[in-house]
Amino acid sequence: MSHDAAHSSHAKLIRMANQIGTFFESKTNRAEGVAGVAEHINKFWEPRMRRHLFEVLDAGGEGLKPIVLEAAPSIKRPAPADKVA
Amino acid sequence: MGLVHEIDYGTPASKSEKMVTLTVDGFEVTVPEGTSIMRASMEAGIAIPKLCATDMVDAFGSCRLCLVEIEGRAGTPSSCTTPVAPGMVVHTQTGRLKDIRRGVMELYISDHPLDCLTCAANGDCELQDMAGAVGLRDVRYGYDGDNHVFAKKRDALEGSVANVRWMPKDESNPYFTYDPSKCIVCSRCVRACEEVQGTFALTIEGRGFDSRVSAGMHQPFLESECVSCGACVQACPTGTLTEKTVIEIGQPERSVVTTCAYCGVGCSFKAEMRGDELVRMVPYKDGKANRGHSCVKGRFAWGYATHKERILNPMIREKITDPWREVTWEEAFQHVANEFRRIQYQYGREAIGGITSSRCTNEETYLVQKLIRQGFRNNNVDTCARVCHSPTGYGLGQAFGTSAGTQDFDSVEHSDVIMVIGANPAAAHPVFASRMRKRLRKGAKLIVIDPRRTEMVKAPHVEAEYHLALRPGTNVAIVTSLAHVIVTEGLFNEAFIRERCDWSEFEDYAEFVSDPRHSPEEVEKLTGVPAETIRGAARLYATGGNGAIYYGLGVTEHSQGSTTVMGIANLAMLTGNIGRPGVGVNPLRGQNNVQGSCDMGSFPHEFPGYRHVSTDAVRETFEKLWGVELSAEPGLRIPNMLDAAVEGTFKGIYIQGEDILQSDPDTKHVSAGLAAMECVVVHDLFLNETARYAHVFLPGSTFLEKDGTFTNAERRINRVRKVMAPKNGYADWEVTQKLAQAMGLNWNYTHPSDVMDEIAATTPSFAKVSYDYLEKMGSVQWPCNEAAPEGTPIVHVNGFVRGKGKFIRTEYVATDEKTGPRFPLLLTTGRILSQYNVGAQTRRTENVVWHDEDLLEIHPHDAEQRGIRDGDFVRLTSRAGETTLRAQITDRVAPGVVYTTFHHPDTQANVITTDFSDWATNCPEYKVTAVQVAPSNGPSDWQREYQELSRQTRRIASLEAAE
Repeated sequence: MSHDAAHSSHAKLIRMANQIGTFFESKTNRAEGVAGVAEHINKFWEPRMRRHLFEVLDAGGEGLKPIVLEAAPSIKRPAPADKVA
Repeated sequence: MGLVHEIDYGTPASKSEKMVTLTVDGFEVTVPEGTSIMRASMEAGIAIPKLCATDMVDAFGSCRLCLVEIEGRAGTPSSCTTPVAPGMVVHTQTGRLKDIRRGVMELYISDHPLDCLTCAANGDCELQDMAGAVGLRDVRYGYDGDNHVFAKKRDALEGSVANVRWMPKDESNPYFTYDPSKCIVCSRCVRACEEVQGTFALTIEGRGFDSRVSAGMHQPFLESECVSCGACVQACPTGTLTEKTVIEIGQPERSVVTTCAYCGVGCSFKAEMRGDELVRMVPYKDGKANRGHSCVKGRFAWGYATHKERILNPMIREKITDPWREVTWEEAFQHVANEFRRIQYQYGREAIGGITSSRCTNEETYLVQKLIRQGFRNNNVDTCARVCHSPTGYGLGQAFGTSAGTQDFDSVEHSDVIMVIGANPAAAHPVFASRMRKRLRKGAKLIVIDPRRTEMVKAPHVEAEYHLALRPGTNVAIVTSLAHVIVTEGLFNEAFIRERCDWSEFEDYAEFVSDPRHSPEEVEKLTGVPAETIRGAARLYATGGNGAIYYGLGVTEHSQGSTTVMGIANLAMLTGNIGRPGVGVNPLRGQNNVQGSCDMGSFPHEFPGYRHVSTDAVRETFEKLWGVELSAEPGLRIPNMLDAAVEGTFKGIYIQGEDILQSDPDTKHVSAGLAAMECVVVHDLFLNETARYAHVFLPGSTFLEKDGTFTNAERRINRVRKVMAPKNGYADWEVTQKLAQAMGLNWNYTHPSDVMDEIAATTPSFAKVSYDYLEKMGSVQWPCNEAAPEGTPIVHVNGFVRGKGKFIRTEYVATDEKTGPRFPLLLTTGRILSQYNVGAQTRRTENVVWHDEDLLEIHPHDAEQRGIRDGDFVRLTSRAGETTLRAQITDRVAPGVVYTTFHHPDTQANVITTDFSDWATNCPEYKVTAVQVAPSNGPSDWQREYQELSRQTRRIASLEAAE
C-alpha cells in the first residue's frame, strides 16, 4: 500500500471509530460507553480494519476521540495477516 | 394442472363475530352478521347470477341480475346489497326471477357486440357466462337502434353515418386496452380504482344511456392519473379492459401461484401460462400480503424475463478490456474454482468473498453464504441490505432484541394514527400504500416525515394531518423532539413502560429527551419544521389510539441511520404502541427478499438467524454439519471489500444478482475497487454495470424459472414456484451448487426444499418451516417453530424478545456532509412507481413510457437563481463527482433541497453520493449529499467516458472470431 493510500484509509478508519465513539459518548455511564465502543468494534470490524486501527493506536492514536482511546485496551488485537490459506 | 379458479363471493367478507343463520333455496347457511345474501348463497354453494358485484369491492346493486325473493318481503331485492337476517328464507331461482334476469340480459346484449368468437375475453367473460346462465336465446331489439357498438350507424336520410356514441379503442396504456364498445357500465373498474387502489383515476361520465367509463377527464389512460395497477382490468367482467398479452396470445391454460420478485411487499400472483409462455400475472386473492391487489411492476413489468439483452451462456475473459468469450458451464465453473484457489494461495484466505442477492431466493442466498463460509473458509459475505436496512437490523436488535418489522400488513387495518417516516410507499411499496390509504380513507390519521411532499402527503381523499418537511439529515433531531413532547407533556404510557421496559433506562432516557435542546422550538432551527407541527404530530401519535410507524430508507441511509431507528423504537415504547394489531415499528423493505437475505446469514458477522459468528455454540452447529472449522472473526462488509481491494488484499469476488457499481455509493471508489480485483464473477440476468469489471459472467435465472421462497417485509415466507424451465439452463441455486462442487465441496441438493430443510434444522426461528408445511399453510411468518407453530404475525406480544425493551439515548449529531458556498444544496434520492431500483428489470419493459430518464427535482426559487428552466440539462456536482440530467421544477421539494431517482445508469446518481456512512453499520448516506446545480450543455466527461467504457466492456466475440 502506498503511503497516501495508507494515510487515506487510516483517515477513514479514524472517522468511523470516532463516529462510533460519538454515539457511545451519549451514555450517562462512561464505562458503559467505553465498553460499547470496544464491543461494537469487536463485533463488526473485521481483522484487517482492526489491524489498521491498531497501527493508528500504536502510533499514539492521533485523531481518535478520548472514548475510543479508552476503549482500546478492550479491542481485540487481530492475528497478523496470513498469506497462505 | 389447469387454471387456479378463485371463488368470487360477490361482496367482501364481513368481519362481524356474531353469526346469523338463514335458508337459501332450502339449505341452511350460517354466516357473520352483515354478510350479503349473495355471499351467503355462494358459501352455501349457490351462485346467484351477477355482473356488477365482485368481492374485491363493495356492493353497488346496479346490474339488477342478482335479484332474489325473500319470504315475507315484497319485491325482488338485489342479493348483493341486502344483508342476511336471522331466519330469512331466500329463493334464488323462481319463475319471476328468471323472467326478470332474462329481460335484463337481453337489454345488456342489445348494446354489446356479438363477436364472441374473436373476442380476447372468449372463455373468460362473465357477460358471456351470464347470458348462458339465464338462458338468453334471443335479442328482440335488434342492433339498428341507438348503440355504443358500431362505428357507423344507419340514418334514414343520409344512409351510413358516423355513430357519435361509438368510441374507438384506447390502446395508449402499454399493457392493456380499453374498448368502450364492449363496456356494460357495471362500474367495477371505477370502484376497483377507488376502493382497492385508491387512485380515483376512473369515473363514469354522463347519465343513463350516455354513461361511459372515463379515465381522468375523458383522456387516454396513459395521460390520465391512472397508475396502471391492473385492478380495473381484473375487475372487468367483459373484454372491455383486457391485457394486451391476452389479446396477442389467447387465454391461459394453467396457473401457478408464486410470489412477485419486485419489492418487499411480496405479493402473491397466479402466473397464468399457455405452454411455457407466460400470458399474464394475476394477483392472488389468498395472498396474505396483497389480498388480491397488485401494482404496475408485479402485474405487468415481467417482460424483462425474455428480453433480448438477457445473457444465456456463461462467458469468460482474461482482461476486462477483452471481448467476452462464450464457454461451457463446466469451463466457467472450473475457471472460477481455479482462480479463487489461486488467489487464496497467493494472497491469503481472506482475499476472496461474495455478495448474496436480495433478488434471489432464501435457499439461493443460504447457499452463497455457505459457499463462502464452508468453501472460502472466511466470513467475507455481505448483501445489498448493507446499503438499505442494515441500520434497522442493528437499531431494532438493540432496542427490542429482534431486527425485523413487528407487524403483518393486515395490522394496518387496525391503526388509528399512521406515521410514515422517510418512505414513499405510494411509489416504492404501492400495494401496501393502497392498503394504508384504504384505512386512511376510513378515518385513520396520517403523519408524514419527509423532506419532500410525496404522493403520501396528499392523495385523493387522503391528506396528512401533519407533514414534517425536515431538512435532509435531521431525522434524529425530529424523532428525539417528538419524544421530548411526549415525555414533557406527560403523554407517555407509564403502565406499559413499567411492565415491558427497563424503568431505570426509561428514567435516564426521559431525563435526556426532556432537555430543552430537544424541544420543538430548538429543533425547528435545525430541521426547518415549525415547532407547532412537531408538537401536534407528537400529541397525535401519543394520544390518537393505535399508532403505527412505517419507515423506509429515508431513515436508514444516513450517518445516523441506526440512531434514528433506535429513536423510532423509543417512540413506540414510550406510547405503548407495540405488541398488538394496529401498532408497531415497521421497516418497509425495498427488495423482494432483502428480509430473507438478512435472515439467511448474509452479513459478515452473522450466521443464519442473526447469530454472531463469535458464538461458539452456533459455530459448532454448522461446523458439525459442514465438516470444516469456521472463522469466529467478522468478515468484510461491501465497503470494506472495496477498500481492501484498493489496498491490494482483496482480489476475487462472486456477486450473485446485485449491481454494486450502480447501486452502491461513490461509484468511482466502487469501480476502483472492482478494477483492482483479479477475478470478478458476476451472476446475473444481464450484463449489468458491475459486469464491466467482471472476468466471468454466469447467466442467472428469473423468479419464473425456479423453486424457492422469498421472505417479505412482514417476515412472511412465501413460495416461489417454477413455471418454466430456466432459459439459461440452470436455476441460480444449481449454479452455486456446481460452483461449490468445482471447488471440491460435497454438495448434493436435489431441490431447493432440501436447502430449506437444512435451514430449518440449523436455525431455530425457522424450525418448523418446510415446503410441505408451506404447501399446507400457504405462507408463514417467522419465528415459526414449536413455540409458534403457525408462525408469528405480530412479535413482542407478551414482552420483548430481548426481555425488557431498551430505551437508548439518541443524541443528534449533524452529518459531516454539510452545505457551504461550493455545494449549497442538499441532494436526496428515491424511487418512482414505474421503475425499480437500478432499473435492470423495469428499464427492459414498457414501464419506460412512464419514466425514461432520471430527473432532478428542484424548487422554483433555486431554479430561478441559477437560470434553470423546466426540462433544461443541468450539471449536478458534489465533492465526489458530477453528472448531468434534466431538471424538473417543482415545489414538492423545499428550497435548498434537490431530489432525483437512481433508476438509470446513464445518470449514475451515485457518482455524486459520497463515502459517508452510518456509524454502526456503514450503510451509506445516500439521502444527504451537498451539491451544486448549474445549467449544462450535455453529458459530463464522466458520462462520456462511461458510455465508451460501456461499449468496450460489453463486446461479446462472435463464435467465428472465438475459433
